[in-house]
Amino acid sequence: MDFNDTPEEARFRAQVRAWLDAHAKRKSDMPADDQELPEAEALKRARAWQAVKAADGYAAITWPKEYGGLGGTAIQAVIYDQEEAHYAVPNTGFFAIGLGMCMPTLMTFATPQQLQRYVRPALYGEEIWCQLFSEPSGGSDLAAARTRAVRDGDDWIVNGQKVWTTGAQHSDFGIIVTRSDPTKPKHAGLTFFFFDMRSPGVEVRPIRQITGGTEFNEVFFKDVRIPDTQRLGTIGGGWKVAITTLMFERILSGERITGAPDAIEVLQLARHTELCGRPAIEDGRVRERIANWWLNARGLELTTFRALTELSRGQTPGPGFAIGKLISAPQLQEVSQLMMDLMGADGMVLPNYPLQSMDLQYMWLLSSGLRIAAGTDEIMKNILAERVLGMPADVRIDKNVPFNELPG
Amino acid sequence: MNFDFSADQKALRDYVRKFFAAACPPSEVRRVLEGNAPYATDVWKQMASLGYLGSAISERYGGSGLGYLESCVIAEEAGRVLAPIPLFSSIAFAAELISLAGSDSQRQHWLPRLATGATIACVAFSEAGRHCRAGSIGVSLRNGKVHGVKAPVLDGGIADVAIVVSSDGSASGVSLALVDLSDSRVRHEHLVTVDPSRNHARLTFDDAPAELLGTAGEGWRLFEAARDRAAVLMAFEQIGGADRSLEIARDYALERHAFGRPIGSFQAIKHKLVDMYVKNTLARGHAYFGAWALSTQAQELPLAAAAARASASDAFNFSARESIQVHGGIGFTWEHDCHLYLKRARLLACALGDVHEWKEKIVATLQQQVAN
Repeated sequence: MDFNDTPEEARFRAQVRAWLDAHAKRKSDMPADDQELPEAEALKRARAWQAVKAADGYAAITWPKEYGGLGGTAIQAVIYDQEEAHYAVPNTGFFAIGLGMCMPTLMTFATPQQLQRYVRPALYGEEIWCQLFSEPSGGSDLAAARTRAVRDGDDWIVNGQKVWTTGAQHSDFGIIVTRSDPTKPKHAGLTFFFFDMRSPGVEVRPIRQITGGTEFNEVFFKDVRIPDTQRLGTIGGGWKVAITTLMFERILSGERITGAPDAIEVLQLARHTELCGRPAIEDGRVRERIANWWLNARGLELTTFRALTELSRGQTPGPGFAIGKLISAPQLQEVSQLMMDLMGADGMVLPNYPLQSMDLQYMWLLSSGLRIAAGTDEIMKNILAERVLGMPADVRIDKNVPFNELPG
Repeated sequence: MNFDFSADQKALRDYVRKFFAAACPPSEVRRVLEGNAPYATDVWKQMASLGYLGSAISERYGGSGLGYLESCVIAEEAGRVLAPIPLFSSIAFAAELISLAGSDSQRQHWLPRLATGATIACVAFSEAGRHCRAGSIGVSLRNGKVHGVKAPVLDGGIADVAIVVSSDGSASGVSLALVDLSDSRVRHEHLVTVDPSRNHARLTFDDAPAELLGTAGEGWRLFEAARDRAAVLMAFEQIGGADRSLEIARDYALERHAFGRPIGSFQAIKHKLVDMYVKNTLARGHAYFGAWALSTQAQELPLAAAAARASASDAFNFSARESIQVHGGIGFTWEHDCHLYLKRARLLACALGDVHEWKEKIVATLQQQVAN
């Protein structure tokens, strides 16, 4: 048992550090900068950094070299992320869905010509992709999608509405699951496409979230034409494709939440705030809450180390590591609430308006959304119960009923 | 990153699991529970002959010298089957305390005897009505004689020798005393606890002859250092029990039908099982870190041990308690094994510092880290 790199990992880490030193500045060498950039500027910088990374294979470490990746291992991707975190580089989150979900889905289901056309621009940050799954009538119940696709010659005509589409406002392309046959039971009547977000009839409207920000959108489809050549999977086989995409999404969502407070911040705050005329840190109730929160936070970190060990050994971490998503969001809710409680009335005063993404109150609001996005806590528990503990699937009364005969 | 047991250690785990499955079925636990045996003597003897007792004791002192990680593996397996043996008292705690505090001749004398299981040792630290702190120890050590009452003492009724945490009247106050429990000036009374499958006694020392263990006045520091080591091993015992509680509940949820389907298909049950799984998984992470700190004598050991104990106590309590809930009425019967886990979980949570103490230690240690 140790926490050291293997010799190969150490070599890779040194290689990554040398590359980062040549292309970026260490955070420790930079003045602290907590000003948020306007979105257009942030995107411009993200594209430039993404292109630098992509040119040397670091934009997609685990992808095969033929797609512009490094042909590396999952543990190498982790090592890169660990090292990059020490450098002041632009946030490339704009490309996360495209590279993390859409491209892997294309790689599984698209033609070689399509991959030739789309993968490279996505990798270099030239084209941005989004994922259109959730609808007003179905979030957790993804297979209840109602957005209709009707065959018309070589095309499909799509009508309906998607919701919670991250980054649709920046996106050039999207992947979408549609209802192609409402007379079939719900899982059997779905068909999956990718399409040009600038197609006539596509309208993106921002959703204002409880944080005040607008990272998500509603996307409306009015007689949008999608060529059949852009279908992924078979007609009626959309569910299988969607499941593939979601597996990639949950890998993405298990990561640590950027900016979540750590033990040092919590303890410093408890030292400098008062309770009953004494520093709050001296109060047993406060100490207990800190201990409980820390035990979960540290426990999750240690569980991640176990997953990394499996990656390092070339194994795939089991679905048990889906607990990351299930724990980290409620933990953020707990710690941000704790910190606001420590601040008392000051806790309700916003330091910025609109809130900035590193503000405590932003984290607190965000945590409610994180418990829902990419599989609600309840859906994650179903998945863990079924895949890890071997519990039977839920009884589904809608399973063998034609979709257009379902109530609701 | 290599945060896992090695292939050899996992092979040992498989072997130990098979050993316990054969040697220590629930009937063996019940034999002790019902008062028909003071502990599982056959299991104890076999463990000694397999070298399991001396796993962390060096070969120089008659142990098998395997290492602490192997001791953790063995403790977890013992916890899974609720083995009614003095493994924790004699090996995880007393032997560690002797290794840490004893003179070479004391080690030469005691460790080989503990490794073969021929001698059983216990650590007498609790006193009725008091929290075990350096400043509140009633039992005294003066002129080579121990006086006072220790209770409850885990395995106090089956041990041959006790390490008694005593106040010695000196400035720093605490010394450790080795006392032969067969001496006529020691009185034993059997104590029935919430989990009678583990022996407990009240030990009354009436100026019983004692031998100093470790430097006089250094007793509390030595006790705490050994307690951290023992805490990691107890955490493994706890996560073993916690995982087994979850497995028993899971198996029942698959087999039991209600309203025309397995109860495991209801989300109320599924989610409960996942809550158990999550707590157990986090506790396992802490236990592994404790194992690493123990095996490398890292300076992180006190925090790691506190985290391992606090999370394992919570996890085992929760899993054992909710396992009964999953079972419904059958889980409340004497004949079903659920209650054996519930009682053991509660016992272990109280046996070596309670969760409040360990959580307090966590925050105090974090505070020091931040201050530095």
